[in-house]
Amino acid sequence: MNINSDSAAIRYPSGSAIIDQLKKAEVQFIVSVPDIVTSNGLLWPISEDPDFKLVRVCKEDEGVSICGAMSYNNTRALLLMQQTGLMDSLNAIRAIGMDYQLPVCMMVGLQGKEPERAAVDSDSYGVNIIEPVLQAMQISYKVIEQPEDVDTIADELSHAYQTSSTVILILGREPTK
Amino acid sequence: MRRDLALHVLKDCIGDEIVVAVYQTLFDWMAINPRDLNYVATGAMGQASSHGLGLALANPQRQVIVFDGDGSLLMNLGSLVSIANAAPENFHHLVFENGTYEVNGAHPIPGQGRVDFAGMAEAAGYRTVETFTDLNEFTLSAKQFLQSPGPAFAVLKIEPGEPYPRDYGYIHSADARQRFRKALQFANS
Repeated sequence: MNINSDSAAIRYPSGSAIIDQLKKAEVQFIVSVPDIVTSNGLLWPISEDPDFKLVRVCKEDEGVSICGAMSYNNTRALLLMQQTGLMDSLNAIRAIGMDYQLPVCMMVGLQGKEPERAAVDSDSYGVNIIEPVLQAMQISYKVIEQPEDVDTIADELSHAYQTSSTVILILGREPTK
Repeated sequence: MRRDLALHVLKDCIGDEIVVAVYQTLFDWMAINPRDLNYVATGAMGQASSHGLGLALANPQRQVIVFDGDGSLLMNLGSLVSIANAAPENFHHLVFENGTYEVNGAHPIPGQGRVDFAGMAEAAGYRTVETFTDLNEFTLSAKQFLQSPGPAFAVLKIEPGEPYPRDYGYIHSADARQRFRKALQFANS
């Protein structure tokens, strides 16, 4: 196997295209704890983009509550975080997203995931449990890995607000800058 | 200072503000001042202050007042820093300190009597920080505190008063959330 040629064949989602989708979905607030997967391609550009208001929080469950509360007057927000923060926030998502049926929209970078594999096939326990955990909690999610996957983001977010439901967008590959 | 008497003082100061409250303070408040702009669905694990921050940022024209618990705030101490960093001027945070997890068996909170909530809020960067131990003093100062620019923080050293019923079914109900949503939309229209 030629590892170099395989690596070259891997395609990555565009950070700027993701940001365009967030704007298309009329997301005003980005709530975030930094994540190395999304730092360069998303969080740094968003922090410099006047179209967004960035709320930096100390812990991810704060962000679940902030996004849920904002939805009461239809203010659209996205919680940007790593899967470790997602795992730490499951009770908040259970209560505010699922029990209360509020549109909590999250984008989650999978730190430690091998780009050439599906998350469930990862060698990392912290990565390969993510989708099964979300399935067990009946939380809607969408995997964003290929560049063309990005095209669905605005529709996913709009659907979440229109149906007052929670959605998680899982970034399986690091967005390009 | 009895909690119910402190809440009666606050009732006289509050008009069309959003009030986010938790646990026994919430149950007492719902009995003393039932209103649809009471935000009652904060989930669990100390999230009231974060809900309040979201409401304050999304509704900058409206005052948001959080009635937090000491045990609740201990579960979400980082929110003090997040709130101070976001610095919403329309955010007022009152912690009703009784030193116990009152609705969970009245066990003492860690650091009961030693934790300095006002000191933590001040160190986090809240603009205004007050501590009230006496009802008369609070009666004289409550309105001024609520009119001060936020983020503002007050500790109320309280003891239980009249025991109002704990209606968990309502606070977690779809009806409660819908009533708040409608009231907010009407108030903002």
